Amino acid sequence: MMRPLLDVQNLTIELTTRDGVAPVIDDLSFSLNAGETLSFVGESGCGKSMTALALMGLLPANVGRISSGHILFEGADLAQASDARLRKIRGNDISMIFQEPMTSLNPVLTIGEQIAEVLRAHQGLSRKAAWEQAIALLDAVRIPNPKGRAGDYPFQMSGGQRQRAMIAMALACAPKILIADEPTTALDVTVQAQIFDLLGDLRKQTGAAIILITHDMGAVAEMAERMIVMYAGRKAELGPVDQIIDHPRHPYTKGLIECVPHIQSELSSTRHDLVEVPGIVPSLREFGKDQCLFASRCRYLTEACLAGRPKPKEFANAQSADCWHAEEL
Amino acid sequence: MGILRIVLIRVLYAAALLLAVLVLNFSLMHLAPGDVADTISQSMGGADQEILDEIRVSYGLDQPFIIQLGKYIANVAQFDLGYSFFYNQPVSRLILERLPATLLLVITAQIAALIIGVVLGVISARKPKGISNYLVTFLALFGYSAPVFWTGILLLITFSLNVHWFPVAGMRDVTIEGGFWTHFFDVARHLVLPAVTLGSIFLALYSRLSRASMMEVLGSDYIRTAKAKGLSDHQVVYKHALKNALSPVITLAGLQFSAVLSGAVLVEAVFSWPGLGTLAFQSIIARDTPTILGILFFSALVVIVGNLLTDLALRLVDPRVGGRE
Repeated sequence: MMRPLLDVQNLTIELTTRDGVAPVIDDLSFSLNAGETLSFVGESGCGKSMTALALMGLLPANVGRISSGHILFEGADLAQASDARLRKIRGNDISMIFQEPMTSLNPVLTIGEQIAEVLRAHQGLSRKAAWEQAIALLDAVRIPNPKGRAGDYPFQMSGGQRQRAMIAMALACAPKILIADEPTTALDVTVQAQIFDLLGDLRKQTGAAIILITHDMGAVAEMAERMIVMYAGRKAELGPVDQIIDHPRHPYTKGLIECVPHIQSELSSTRHDLVEVPGIVPSLREFGKDQCLFASRCRYLTEACLAGRPKPKEFANAQSADCWHAEEL
Repeated sequence: MGILRIVLIRVLYAAALLLAVLVLNFSLMHLAPGDVADTISQSMGGADQEILDEIRVSYGLDQPFIIQLGKYIANVAQFDLGYSFFYNQPVSRLILERLPATLLLVITAQIAALIIGVVLGVISARKPKGISNYLVTFLALFGYSAPVFWTGILLLITFSLNVHWFPVAGMRDVTIEGGFWTHFFDVARHLVLPAVTLGSIFLALYSRLSRASMMEVLGSDYIRTAKAKGLSDHQVVYKHALKNALSPVITLAGLQFSAVLSGAVLVEAVFSWPGLGTLAFQSIIARDTPTILGILFFSALVVIVGNLLTDLALRLVDPRVGGRE
């Protein structure tokens, strides 16, 4: 079998807070194949963005650290890599688009310069060649009049255009992995659709693998082949998107899918209101306990759930769920 | 809006502001007791009312206030700041003679304080828990709380009297001969202590502000983006962060320009620096109204020009200022 592009093994990330040390990512394993789109889904604070930052080697200094596990990228462990080595990979082999296009671009540098400097840093292009390449990239992300816009500052662009510029910047060096951390959360719905279209097209052209972090189940269904559902720093469920949506094996996934409203669904006796997952996410102090962390919100709760952390149950269709009751669902 | 138009509008504002400064200064001086006639009669060993009146008539001091004010403004409009009764010289010549010394001192102190302050601020912001941060904090607290004349005298005792590194007073040594560079280095040697004294207080302000500003910027999203691009630490800090962190520092520096000028009065007194401050001090003692008014006028002018330059500098650093439509 082919070696996956990225292989994360038993990754644990500890965050130091005032209350002590909490494992915000707890024993997470997954792999990403070349050209594939993998989606991370879950509520705020479940560790999606932390995972992304860990892959980039950008965990907040002095606060977060990888305490165990491996991040194997093309066979080399990024968790052990030096700063210099990580710098060579960041923006070149693995790059990232952030949630807030309003604040993620430097306000005092032109868009063109912000794209061109990546090319100069990683590909050693001359000033002129990098600038021309930046204009070509702006054209590729469908910004009209790219030659004129390259000299603009971020404040002269709309939110959607800034996110396009961000994508151009991330794709400048044709990375093997593109991490998109809620790329459309801050944008209008119509613009969201355009950005997803753009990402889908660019993926076809460049063959980059995408890690898509999102709240948007619709986007997951449309964009991703496989998905990981995260809960309280742990993997809840992993598998092919179609199968998970069709038949979730974890009560949390089931809840998440049920709460997606559908524009054509009618109010009926079985569904008279918007559905929600009852209860709240556990606090950081609860993280790392040897029990199912979803137990307090779960309608399938039994004693076994509180007695120990559930082991992943593998199903024949490559689906796997960390739940004591996975088979019953 | 083009830079030229902005400058033009600012110059118009400045003219109105200067007029207000003139009227206010003149009125205030008029309200103060005593005039040049008193000083002259004192130096003559006393005079009777008749002679006092005569002196006042000859200097136009017998005229009603509003006429005196009108005449003064009309004269200033023609770049005539009046005549100093005390120095027997036109005020404008007196001021222009002293202005370069003050500007040299003030600008050196400002620029040195800005550059060193920003560098110290950046160093301490990059390692908020390092020893350098505590050193900078201590230095800033010391510089800010110590009165300038006291710092000045301490520096004098240490570096002029004890180790003889720098001259005690004045701006140049009249005994040395030589070409331009000899004189240049002579003035530079004289300049060190006064500039350090004047700069110390502002260094404290700038280093604290640039530290705070830099720390805020380093935590922002676009710095994370810059790191995510794989740029070197040096590029992240000096290209992406510093330019953003500079705006508040430049704004403060502009606002402090007037404070630097008034600080210069004290520093010039301590180091016998032949500038406007010493002149102001002497002419206040001598009740030399035209000179005092002239100095106040020039100070206002310097502050206005300083603010205009600050504004232009901000535009260079931050493209959002003034926005291009």
